[in-house]
Amino acid sequence: MNFPRELKYTKTHEWVRFTDEETAYIGITDYAQDQLGDLVFVNLPAEGDALTAGESFADVESVKAVSDVNSPVTGTVEKVNEELADAPEKMNEAPYDAWFVLAGGITGTEDLMDAEAYEAFVAEEG
Amino acid sequence: MELKRTPLYDAHVRCGGRMVEFGGFEMPVQYKTGVIQEHMAVRNACGLFDVSHMGEVLVEGPDAVAYLNRLLTNDYTVMEDGQARYSPMCNEQGGTVDDLIVYKVRDGHYFVVVNASNREKDVAWMQTHASGDVTVTDVSDTWGQIALQGPLAEQILRKLTAAENIPAKNYHACWNRDVGGIPCLVSRTGYTGSDGFELYTAAADTEKLWNLLLENGQEEGLIPCGLGARDTLRLEASMPLYGHELSDTISPITAGLGFFVKMNKPDFIGKAALEAAGTPPQRRVGLKAVGRGILREHQDVYAGERKIGMTTSGTHCPYIGYPAAMAIVDREYGGIGTKVEVDVRGRRVEAEVVKMPFYKK
Repeated sequence: MNFPRELKYTKTHEWVRFTDEETAYIGITDYAQDQLGDLVFVNLPAEGDALTAGESFADVESVKAVSDVNSPVTGTVEKVNEELADAPEKMNEAPYDAWFVLAGGITGTEDLMDAEAYEAFVAEEG
Repeated sequence: MELKRTPLYDAHVRCGGRMVEFGGFEMPVQYKTGVIQEHMAVRNACGLFDVSHMGEVLVEGPDAVAYLNRLLTNDYTVMEDGQARYSPMCNEQGGTVDDLIVYKVRDGHYFVVVNASNREKDVAWMQTHASGDVTVTDVSDTWGQIALQGPLAEQILRKLTAAENIPAKNYHACWNRDVGGIPCLVSRTGYTGSDGFELYTAAADTEKLWNLLLENGQEEGLIPCGLGARDTLRLEASMPLYGHELSDTISPITAGLGFFVKMNKPDFIGKAALEAAGTPPQRRVGLKAVGRGILREHQDVYAGERKIGMTTSGTHCPYIGYPAAMAIVDREYGGIGTKVEVDVRGRRVEAEVVKMPFYKK
């Protein structure tokens, strides 16, 4: 299981990669993809959509089930990774490259965990 | 309720199976390979499934065949020894108690295989309706069952047994045959839409048989497969699953299983109700998603603003490569090519009625 040090994480298994203080890429973690199994579909938001920390902004579907993906931060969708919609298996193959959206105007980051805390959280949950 | 375990529980854990509850049992939903790879193994090579959770019931006595003909909608009058025959089992209202397979061992001896989740209900139903000189015995706990499914299944099985122990025809079985030193019932049946076998053996020998098959199937690419792949495979092959396409209130006619309902038999449980109902207002259809989205069970199906039915099963089908569903819809919308919409969590996804099965070997 992979927990890149430069990322921040949530208890609902999303990762955040900040490019500056207010802008970040968002995706789901290696642990999340492993738990979900083979992913075959992703429903992404649109550019300009508002994001609220802790609230669903996308959903992913494995062969077996649908799961919500929560936004780790409050902000606005600046860019959507449309390629992911055509290649959902990328979430399994390279979860930390398979970003969903680029979020801008970010606030509400106080609940994010660093890699060490997230790894400990997963160890406890697993 | 405490979950039951099949004789292969330890083998699953060892193989990295992710265990979930199903039909009162702890079963592997998938192994480390994942559902898609397991599904593709069955279509292109071979997969191994634990189906020991299924129920087995012996029906014996001089009146066994008369009893089965009254209990079930299919006709068991003319059958060779070793032959297997599928049937729905109806209630008096024409709904479905379960669907099952009956093997004829020999005259007066039949072996019935029922769904795990219906086992107690079925046995009670079968015993309540027993008439004449017949006994109904639940022997589920003494049997293990392994399904070896895929185009290379026969090649693998041949390494462990002689050709004469392998039934040549589908829905035929060879009794008490030696497979790698283990006595088995070798049946050419399955629930995947691919060629394959179901091997029934003593509970105590099941793990040994599982390991032998896995070892001997290595070159062919045999891998263990979980319930996830079992479900996607049966959906791709458009096989009904009890609790989805069939239920106490869904008749086999609505489910499109009229071929297995022999209305010309003198009588069977549910016949009067089915006769009175005539052509049911709804029927089972296959849906292919045309728009983006994955169809799932229990989603409303629309033609324009009119709600015409509901999906009963649905998922992304790995081999055919598109999301598909089965649905029960108003009969007039059942024609091939009919355009419909499915409400996928508040979003309308376009779909089209297509011919079943989605996959045919």
